[in-house]
Amino acid sequence: MPTATMRVFRGDARGGDFEEYRVETDPGMVVLDVVHRIQATQAPDLACRWNCKAGKCGSCSAEVNGTPRLMCMTRMDIFDPGETITVAPIRTFPLIKDLVTDVSYNYVKAKEVPPLRLKPPDPDGKYRMWQEDIDRIQEFHKCIECFLCQNVCHVVRDHEEHKRAFAGPRFFIKVAGLDMHPLDTVDRTEFVRRQAGIGLCNITKCCTEVCPEHIHITDNGIIPMKERMADNLDPIVWLLRKFRGQRTSPA
Amino acid sequence: MARPSYETHEHDVIVIGAGGAGLRAAIEAAAQGVSVGLICKSLLGKAHTVMAEGGIAAAMGNVWPEDNWQVHFRDTMRGGKMLNNWRMAQLHAQEAPDRVYELERYGALFDRTKDGLILQRDFGGHRYARLAHVGDRTGLEMIRTLQYHAIHQGIDVYMECKIERLLKDGDRVAGAFGYWRNTGAFVLFKAKAVVLATGGIGKAWKITSNSWEYTGDGHAAALWAGADLIDMEFVQFHPTGMVWPPSVRGILVTEGVRGDGGTLKNSTGERFMFNYIPEFFKGETADNVEEADRWYTDKKNNRRTPDLLPRDEVARAINAEVKAGRGSPHGGVFLDICTRRPADYIRKRLPSMYHQFKELAGVDITREPMEVGPTCHYVMGGVRVDADTTAATVPGLFAAGECAGGMHGSNRLGGNSLSDLLVFGRRAGLHAALHAKNFGGQLVVDAGQVEQVARQTLAPFERAGGENPYAIQAELQETMQTLVGIIRTEADLREALDKIETLKARAGKVRVDGGRTYNPGWHTALDLASLLTVAECCARAALERTESRGGHTRDDHPYTDDQWGKVNVVVRQRHGALHLSREPLPEMPAELKALFQERK
Repeated sequence: MPTATMRVFRGDARGGDFEEYRVETDPGMVVLDVVHRIQATQAPDLACRWNCKAGKCGSCSAEVNGTPRLMCMTRMDIFDPGETITVAPIRTFPLIKDLVTDVSYNYVKAKEVPPLRLKPPDPDGKYRMWQEDIDRIQEFHKCIECFLCQNVCHVVRDHEEHKRAFAGPRFFIKVAGLDMHPLDTVDRTEFVRRQAGIGLCNITKCCTEVCPEHIHITDNGIIPMKERMADNLDPIVWLLRKFRGQRTSPA
Repeated sequence: MARPSYETHEHDVIVIGAGGAGLRAAIEAAAQGVSVGLICKSLLGKAHTVMAEGGIAAAMGNVWPEDNWQVHFRDTMRGGKMLNNWRMAQLHAQEAPDRVYELERYGALFDRTKDGLILQRDFGGHRYARLAHVGDRTGLEMIRTLQYHAIHQGIDVYMECKIERLLKDGDRVAGAFGYWRNTGAFVLFKAKAVVLATGGIGKAWKITSNSWEYTGDGHAAALWAGADLIDMEFVQFHPTGMVWPPSVRGILVTEGVRGDGGTLKNSTGERFMFNYIPEFFKGETADNVEEADRWYTDKKNNRRTPDLLPRDEVARAINAEVKAGRGSPHGGVFLDICTRRPADYIRKRLPSMYHQFKELAGVDITREPMEVGPTCHYVMGGVRVDADTTAATVPGLFAAGECAGGMHGSNRLGGNSLSDLLVFGRRAGLHAALHAKNFGGQLVVDAGQVEQVARQTLAPFERAGGENPYAIQAELQETMQTLVGIIRTEADLREALDKIETLKARAGKVRVDGGRTYNPGWHTALDLASLLTVAECCARAALERTESRGGHTRDDHPYTDDQWGKVNVVVRQRHGALHLSREPLPEMPAELKALFQERK
């Protein structure tokens, strides 16, 4: 079994440093497996979050050799044999301990998003929607809330002062999904401009690049939203879009 | 030791666990106008529900208008080998469609039929295509929808908080005590009603689809508080988990692969499931390849493919094929969809499976078969509850979802879990709120009780020597895997119980290093108490039940015994010791019994 050399950040809000661990690996291992092996054999108090170990829950985000990734989906065999692998906590959020950060910013922003308010159902009490009208939104719903996009977004990564009035890419696609919902009736224009601060996004696509679900955050979410922002200044256009967005009969 | 300090929160209702059941319970309780605290061991939205793949079973009849609650009820009872609490199965089948539509109103976007309605897919043991779904990530859609609905309902959410014990005031439950995982500081919740929605116990096995959270916390807390557990011998091994590479062994491969046309094959290329059709399901199962393949599109004139027999049957069959030397190179069997469906269809219907195999195993499922084998997935047993109200046998305590027992009998059908969470999560929230409203007295939490738990919780830091908690956890997992697995015997179960006794003694002496801030070694040490408790309950109940049924197969008692079909094994703790008894199932009314006498 090859031995991997890992440099893992150890520390808390008061400070810390990287510690080196040498770990035996098995075929097919991912970085999270190696972190678990360090916990089980060398450092039981090494803190990291995880749940599903299959890329579905978005808990184990970290910066591996400088790249923000899910540890559970990062195979050890993508690295050169003998290469030292550095694992650091995601940088944008305050450190709690080791690889665990305080991501509560995201939960605060989540609560600010104006929720869905549906049109009345069809006369038989059912809602009808067409698959082609929801394909795009289903793409946004793939989001596992790993917050890697939030982590790399320059607006918050480098500017603490923006956090108050900026929602970040995760919540832009959340809003986009609500706005594009064929049955939604809410106007989120003011929210998107003021509280969510979409104007601060300068479309560098860093969010899209790190998305483990390969959601086209910028092209399918943010850019159309910026365009809608321009259109929505005209209330007639907004109304037409809201009420024409839905097909009325099957193809 | 100085008197332990802790913060206190007071609510009418607290809900422990924030997966599908806990979220739905909290939403319902809040709708009744009471104050609600929702406590979760992980961050909100990360609970096990997020990993559910295939769908939510509900007889909406959008694809097959012939479907209705009676058919769903019958499928569920037969899947559970008739050991289910009939009233729970009935309520579940009747209410599941409304719960799915409600989720749609909260914003869930299910895949659509060509008429614009919610599409439904085939799954094991279900007569009609019945699972509302979103590709193969239905659980994600469900938890995210509930989560984003819940945060606007005035519910207080306590994240990364682990409950160690339920607190009592005399005979009744009066709250819960635990710690913040972030800081290690203690926290006390006072509540007039407590809903347990803590999920399962699968982390007691080595090969499992379950995450670190599934340590039986709610099962154990209920037992310690004096509540009854039932059916703890019934553990579901999902037939299809990944087997290779070793680090992903056990990760779930959705039954939707077979629902959408995939088939199981052995090393000779044979579709072996035709050799494993039990007498019980002969009437409704195709006995030849042609009929099985026609069934996907014509359910009226053909019987269901044996690839979609209930999970217990398929898991045993795979186990037998591997033992007979007809397994795949890495000790599983082949699951083939690539020769049966076009690549585009596979990527559209099963995007997570495509992604998961591609990235973790280097296998392209549109070109190659998958290798799969059984993985511990779900516990049918749990807290004994009243079907209508979800009340446990201790006043003030309610339970819903995987930690409650009875709904699924000896074996759960795929898709019936997500619907169970919604139906009984809502009922738990409703009845807990009503209970709280009707409670006029003052709750008193005895400080001595709290201090004792606090001391036990900190003890691992104070021992001079002692073992690593991870080593004990790994030994328990190995023990349960080899001795309390798919196939059991009296000798193995006795050996397992001996080992569990030894591990309990060792767990009482574990030592942890480091501080109280986010310390997984400490968390693992504390979770050992519940994990060992549920493992013991399972092994004891498995020893008691001398027959084979559903998720409990005894090599030394290979047949299903009608007498055993009339009783639950009940586990309770009195004066620190476990007591087992056999207690009669509730009697099914005649009009429901009649549903099983019809030929079809």
